[in-house]
Amino acid sequence: MLQVTLRHAFPGFALDVRFEAPPGVTVLFGRSGSGKTTIVNAVAGLLRPDEGRIAAGDWILLDTARGRRLPTHRRRLGYIFQEGRLFPHLTVRQNLLFGRWFAPKDAPREDMGHVVDLLGIGHLLDRRPGALSGGEKQRVAIGRALLSAPRLILADEPLAALDEDRKAEILPYFERLRDEVSVPILYVSHSAYEVARLATTVVALKDGRVLRQGPAAQVLGDPSVTPAGAREAGAVIAARVVAHHADGLTELSAGGVPLFLPRTDLAPGSPVRVRIAAHDVLLARTRPEGLSALNILPGTVHEVRSRGGPGAMVALDTPAGRVLSRITRRSAQALGLEPGVAVHAVVKSVSVAPQDVGGPG
Amino acid sequence: MGDWLGPEEWQAVALSLRVAFWATLVSLPLGVFTAYALARWTFPGRQLLNGLVHLPLILPPVVTGYLLLLTFGTRGPVGGPLADLGIVFAFRWTGAALAAGVMAFPLMVRAIRLSIEAVDPKLEQAGATLGASPLWVFLTVTLPMILPGIVAGAILAFAKAMGEFGATITFVSNIPGQTRTVPSAIYAFLQVPGGEGAAMRLVLVSVAVAMAALLLSEVIGRRVARRVGGG
Repeated sequence: MLQVTLRHAFPGFALDVRFEAPPGVTVLFGRSGSGKTTIVNAVAGLLRPDEGRIAAGDWILLDTARGRRLPTHRRRLGYIFQEGRLFPHLTVRQNLLFGRWFAPKDAPREDMGHVVDLLGIGHLLDRRPGALSGGEKQRVAIGRALLSAPRLILADEPLAALDEDRKAEILPYFERLRDEVSVPILYVSHSAYEVARLATTVVALKDGRVLRQGPAAQVLGDPSVTPAGAREAGAVIAARVVAHHADGLTELSAGGVPLFLPRTDLAPGSPVRVRIAAHDVLLARTRPEGLSALNILPGTVHEVRSRGGPGAMVALDTPAGRVLSRITRRSAQALGLEPGVAVHAVVKSVSVAPQDVGGPG
Repeated sequence: MGDWLGPEEWQAVALSLRVAFWATLVSLPLGVFTAYALARWTFPGRQLLNGLVHLPLILPPVVTGYLLLLTFGTRGPVGGPLADLGIVFAFRWTGAALAAGVMAFPLMVRAIRLSIEAVDPKLEQAGATLGASPLWVFLTVTLPMILPGIVAGAILAFAKAMGEFGATITFVSNIPGQTRTVPSAIYAFLQVPGGEGAAMRLVLVSVAVAMAALLLSEVIGRRVARRVGGG
């Protein structure tokens, strides 16, 4: 378990964080300017914090109190940068093998062929980075980081520079990384969607401080934690594929409640993560009838939050887990929503991602 | 070509090539190091070093030559101890190479420094995260990427060294076979009646060498850039 404590003052901005990154993907989640990249760069040794300790067991990267600081090249990292940063003068194969050269001879190595297959970059090996598309570059960057035999993988908004299609192309590779590679991953993101799909653990950041940290479902289901803004808020629940129906819908079961969504290619029985964006959830005091929406979850109000604006965030406990709904404050008052009140959540749309092995946390 | 040039002229051309070759070769590692230090490091005295490197570009060459004579002469503070070790610069071709190297140094450093500044430090950081020590990062990332600049700097320095006159003649005089390079020889031929023919032939050689150097730097630069730039 990686433990990070950092304090650093920039002109006009102070970072003061303490968090833990258990195995799996730990997402540093927050708006730009919240200190995410600063943290990752301090972990990589590219920035010298004023004070701090970064360690996993007896593997100490930084301990300012004891005057210890490993230089970047001895930290055994795989850093996946936002812009790829492939070496333009080397071929893809040479880029992939760059880190292997410098890794200790006895380090546990990923098999080159396996990584190349995993990332689907076999046909690119003899090309130079200048001839690759954005998505291809980022896949090579992932491979290069993996093959350096890292003890920790860092990823700084690796999808931010890509368009939506390329994002959709790369995200599954990170999911496979999370599920197939035992190395812990520290992943920086400001996208609630990426967090929902990837995170095992979420560290929500705001203005250089940790707002909340913990298992993904817990942190994302907390109405007070919307580091990317209420618009982006959404809960993540665990579900299982039940069946594919002839009318093109896939049926899921989330804690016994059926959910329907456009057909996926996942096998019946496989676990999935379902992200339900807060703005896609309507609330009703009685079970609505004659409604086009297919997915209705019964539940009780856990908490109602508002910050003075016209909107309110409502957290519900349902058999499927914690769900968030973003409605107006006026509606919340009109419906008399307060903790303990029974409501029905009408879900307009859901998105799914294959479940990570460890469960939703 | 041997028939076309007289023995004295041929001697001057061969000497110039030798002087320029060694001046370039020896100053190249120092030039790369200096350029890297100026481009990437902040240290006390950085501006002083920068000024010192560029001084030969600004000073009258005669002044540079005289300063070299004072410093590297057999009784100078550096030349004296070196002379005891058997390394003599004054009035030898090695001195001509030293003068040419010093005069060409600012041009070389400028070209290399520009190419280093064009390398994104983020790539060097990426190298470090992959386990490469600063020296390995330099050898495997920075150096290959600045190769076009190094080649350009070296060719520029070579051409400059071929043509160096003022500092050379002041420092090591104009001794046939020892320090009479092409420019010194042209100057000497023009001082004697009937020397114009020999001077003109050497002028043609100078022009040819300069053109060849320029063409070569273009060709090599383009080839290296293609290899480095990807595609």
